[in-house]
Amino acid sequence: MIRVILPPHLRTLARVSSDVEVELTGPVTQRSVLDALEARYPMLRGTIRDHVTLQRRPFLRFFACEEDLSHESPDAPLPEAVASGKEPFIVIGAIAGG
Amino acid sequence: MSNVRVLVGTRKGAFVLTADGKREKWDVSGPHFAGWEIYHVKGSPVDPDRIYASQSSGWFGQIIQRSDDGGKTWHQPGTPPGEATAGPPKAVSNKFVYDASAESGKPLTTHQWYDGTQHPWEFKRVWHLEPSLSDPDTVYAGVEDAALFRSTDGGQNWKELPGLRGHGTGPKWQPGAGGMCLHTIILDPSDPQRMFIAISAAGTFRTDDGGKTWKPINRGLRSQYIPDPNAEVGHCVHHVAMNPKRPGVLFMQKHWDVMRSDDAGDNWKEVSGNLPTDFGFVIDVHAHEPETIYVVPIKSDGEHFVPDGKLRVFRSRTGGNEWEPLTKGLPQRDCYVNVLRDAMAVDSLDKCGVYFGTSGGQVYVSADAGDSWAPIVRDLPAVLSVEVQTLG
Repeated sequence: MIRVILPPHLRTLARVSSDVEVELTGPVTQRSVLDALEARYPMLRGTIRDHVTLQRRPFLRFFACEEDLSHESPDAPLPEAVASGKEPFIVIGAIAGG
Repeated sequence: MSNVRVLVGTRKGAFVLTADGKREKWDVSGPHFAGWEIYHVKGSPVDPDRIYASQSSGWFGQIIQRSDDGGKTWHQPGTPPGEATAGPPKAVSNKFVYDASAESGKPLTTHQWYDGTQHPWEFKRVWHLEPSLSDPDTVYAGVEDAALFRSTDGGQNWKELPGLRGHGTGPKWQPGAGGMCLHTIILDPSDPQRMFIAISAAGTFRTDDGGKTWKPINRGLRSQYIPDPNAEVGHCVHHVAMNPKRPGVLFMQKHWDVMRSDDAGDNWKEVSGNLPTDFGFVIDVHAHEPETIYVVPIKSDGEHFVPDGKLRVFRSRTGGNEWEPLTKGLPQRDCYVNVLRDAMAVDSLDKCGVYFGTSGGQVYVSADAGDSWAPIVRDLPAVLSVEVQTLG
């Protein structure tokens, strides 16, 4: 079970109040985690990755185990602690005012 | 007695304001979609409880929301109300992908960028939603970068009408300061095949075949800020309005200049007349008097606030040229707000109600066609759009 922490606005869209969990059977990568997340919460499609290119939206970043993984390959394995469910995969929005 | 429901989009959420036909005591609900920019909220004229909203953010992109109960509850089309579903997506209501078929130009066409170079179309947000006059499941979306999309399944799936962006003048379109947006969509009630749209900064366009083909209708516009002031396209049209009972007559607030056309946009003439400044964003037409029009003059393109610290709506009862300031109930000192292009609306009660929202978060109503005004709310986030529904 993979734990994912979403920013508050995406929790509202997904109608969840806390961390979400997704089940994976294959390799645990950014792509597979986000695919599973969007399958479980279809209203999040297009909000984290572009619909067509599947590129991360510019004002979002991905963190796990105190590391910024935003520029890692989407197919690179995520840390074992994420795969085991010990640590969450974090989607975070850039801090900006307004 | 009839009721009115005012749909307000702001920088930080949507609000629904309701009152009876006296339009004196108001209930306010919201914020809906708190924290998100709501560019536009508009109800279906066929089914007033069907309302569409454009929700967007720089972080998370575009979302389309729909209410089927008059704005009490909302859901993303395709995702049933209250449901966070397991399983494959049922729809992608926020997927706006430009058509790249031969009809629109292949590959994706380009438009002019701020520096004069060509730039590919990049989807940013939905500025305006226009529900069909005959089918509550059909709705049009005007987007940035400028293009026209249509959904025929209640907002679940969107498809571009590529004839507009691909008709040939696209490379000459360019963004205004607010982006290159398609902000105005007018459906002709007398001819289902006819539609008008406007783009900043390209101009006004018309289709007479249901959106398959389009032509620029900008003859008579004159814009000093473009290389050829009389060009076929390139004009920064801010808004266009029509009285549905007289669909051949259009009124326009251009970047500078208030204009009118008496032949469905084929020719335009200036009717700025005695306005204190002819820069502005909004323009609208009285529901029952097709020669009575309203604008809110703004000081200049460099100073986006009302002139002289006075918030004044100007009304012409002669279809332009002769304007009178309407000030009763509006602040007449130390006021420096703006009124954006989609932030004025009229109801169809008798007397006609006029509504507008400001960048300072006030929404004003006049229940007597502009003679006097009162604030409905004073302290919302900056208002982006105002629509009103007259409910039986």
